[in-house]
Amino acid sequence: MTRRAVIGALRITRIHAPRNQHGKERMTGRPVGESEDRDILSVEGLSLSFGGLAALTLVDLSVRAGSVTGIIGPNGAGKTSLLNCISGFYRPQRGRVTFDGKDVTRVAPDRRAGLGIGRTFQNVALFEGMSVLDNVKLGAHTRLSSGILSTMAFTPSARREELRLREEVENEVLDFLEIEHLRHRTVGSLAYGLQKRVDLARALAMRPRILLLDEPVAGMNEEETEDMARFILDVREERGVTIVLIEHDMGVVMDLCDRIAVLSFGERIALGSPDEIRRDPEVIRAYLGEEAA
Amino acid sequence: MIIGNHKESYASDEAIFRTPATRAWMGIAAVAALVFPFVAGDYLLYLANLMAVLALGALGLNILIGFTGQISLGHAAFMGVGAYATAILASRFGLPFWISIPAGGALATGAGMVVGAPSLRIKGLYLAIATLSAQVIFEWIFTNWTSVTGGIRGLNVAPASIAGFRLDTDERIYFLIVGVTVVHFLLATNLRRSRWGRAFVAVRDRDVAAEIVGVNLFRTKILAFMVSSYYAGIAGGLWVYFTKVVTPETFPLSLSIQFLAIVIVGGLGSIKGTVYGTVFMTLVPELLKAGTGLARVVWPTAQSYLFPLRDVVFGLLIVVFLIFEPHGLAEVWNRVKRFFSLWPFEK
Repeated sequence: MTRRAVIGALRITRIHAPRNQHGKERMTGRPVGESEDRDILSVEGLSLSFGGLAALTLVDLSVRAGSVTGIIGPNGAGKTSLLNCISGFYRPQRGRVTFDGKDVTRVAPDRRAGLGIGRTFQNVALFEGMSVLDNVKLGAHTRLSSGILSTMAFTPSARREELRLREEVENEVLDFLEIEHLRHRTVGSLAYGLQKRVDLARALAMRPRILLLDEPVAGMNEEETEDMARFILDVREERGVTIVLIEHDMGVVMDLCDRIAVLSFGERIALGSPDEIRRDPEVIRAYLGEEAA
Repeated sequence: MIIGNHKESYASDEAIFRTPATRAWMGIAAVAALVFPFVAGDYLLYLANLMAVLALGALGLNILIGFTGQISLGHAAFMGVGAYATAILASRFGLPFWISIPAGGALATGAGMVVGAPSLRIKGLYLAIATLSAQVIFEWIFTNWTSVTGGIRGLNVAPASIAGFRLDTDERIYFLIVGVTVVHFLLATNLRRSRWGRAFVAVRDRDVAAEIVGVNLFRTKILAFMVSSYYAGIAGGLWVYFTKVVTPETFPLSLSIQFLAIVIVGGLGSIKGTVYGTVFMTLVPELLKAGTGLARVVWPTAQSYLFPLRDVVFGLLIVVFLIFEPHGLAEVWNRVKRFFSLWPFEK
């Protein structure tokens, strides 16, 4: 299938009514579609260096609530570093990360997860020895409250919590991503494309408010790419989750994203709608070299 | 032939014993365990008690190494902490076993918390060395803090008794030891199927991703150390009432290694495997002992040659399992089970 056809297929799925097979209230805990005129995430003057090597230099980025924002750029431009600063793995030397009006620059990654920042990894980082179900359940770790003693004694409240969680991940995540038949499979034994889907499932189980996707369709064939793109759009439209994604597949980026930020050598050289980015001389130069521009 | 196992609710899918066959086997095992002390001889009873205590201790280590991926070479020391605390509370303060054993477990938990603290910063080999130093330090304390631990001579403890009923024979103490061990195996099974058990395994499999889903690494690792040393402490307390004496040489480094061997041979991260590993690693030396006894009939000096061989066989077993069966006896068992579930039809 050509890229144009892929994009066409994507357009069609957008028109489809939201897939809500259970007829239940959507279980996101808040209204679908955050108001679009508000920044849910903003990055200001972010600088990060490893030793003498500058990975990011004074990067600014603001992400509107409910939007899909793409981060693109050549290899080594600092895309993943930026995502790591947002999710808390790296502590930038300068600058600020604000999530939902709160400065989270110094907040530890596990606390950011609790605030609603979910993420997937470029090379899936799943818990390989565990079943799909356990992996997905781990996504909900911060939303559970049982202490270690009550889980060991399996008190009625701990039992209730576990069963409620099971029902929730089955209905909200496994069913949605069409991996319910794999629930008891060990993750390490799954094909790469399915592992990526489990990675997304685990992030969705967090009920995130923003989802950071690091190359969600890398290494996938066209059919898997289409499926993944459809899931991403559904997540945004049904659950109102804001999405930030890094991707090299330009067809996917141009079609999914409302806004695109372009990084090159650690600097943000452009920010705008897909059409603006496509025409931007700086971007063309960064991608194709001096002469082409 | 069973071709599938149909579940009608998530609750039944989350249960510990998920099939009628498993439940039936567990029932049979429970009855057998209750009848055992009345039919078994002294020697078998002694072995059963020994294995129950070792299995409890080994389960603690399996939670730490198998679940959480934090290696420890000081597990025997935590067992010692529990044993000494129990013995001191029982002999000096005359407290009953149902207070002294949990108190020993609590003190061991505290010791585990302190020793586990460096685990945030150090991993693998370095953590092994740090826990090894704990082993050495505690052993030194057991030997040299004479006023409290009784030094080399150790402490003698009166048999456990409850409401005037003295648990002074192997047959009577069996019910306490096996009962406590079974309960703790159930607790570990619950742990594995719920929130914290998942967090433990997540830290083992990929700590980076664990953090990103909201698992606090430090807290989780410390918790694993605490649970692990709690199990060791309770095992130590049971040991005290089993042997009625506690001395420093009961908890040497070689016991830590033996726990490690049980966990590896049984299956890292497998609760069932801990039982298989304990039985296997206890019976192998006993069988070798019996073998040397038989060999003496035809070869009078056999013992002097074959006795050291036990250590060689012990080490060899660990190496063989690491190379050929890294998932331990638990995986061997699963394979056998799969084979017979289809038998006599070929796959």
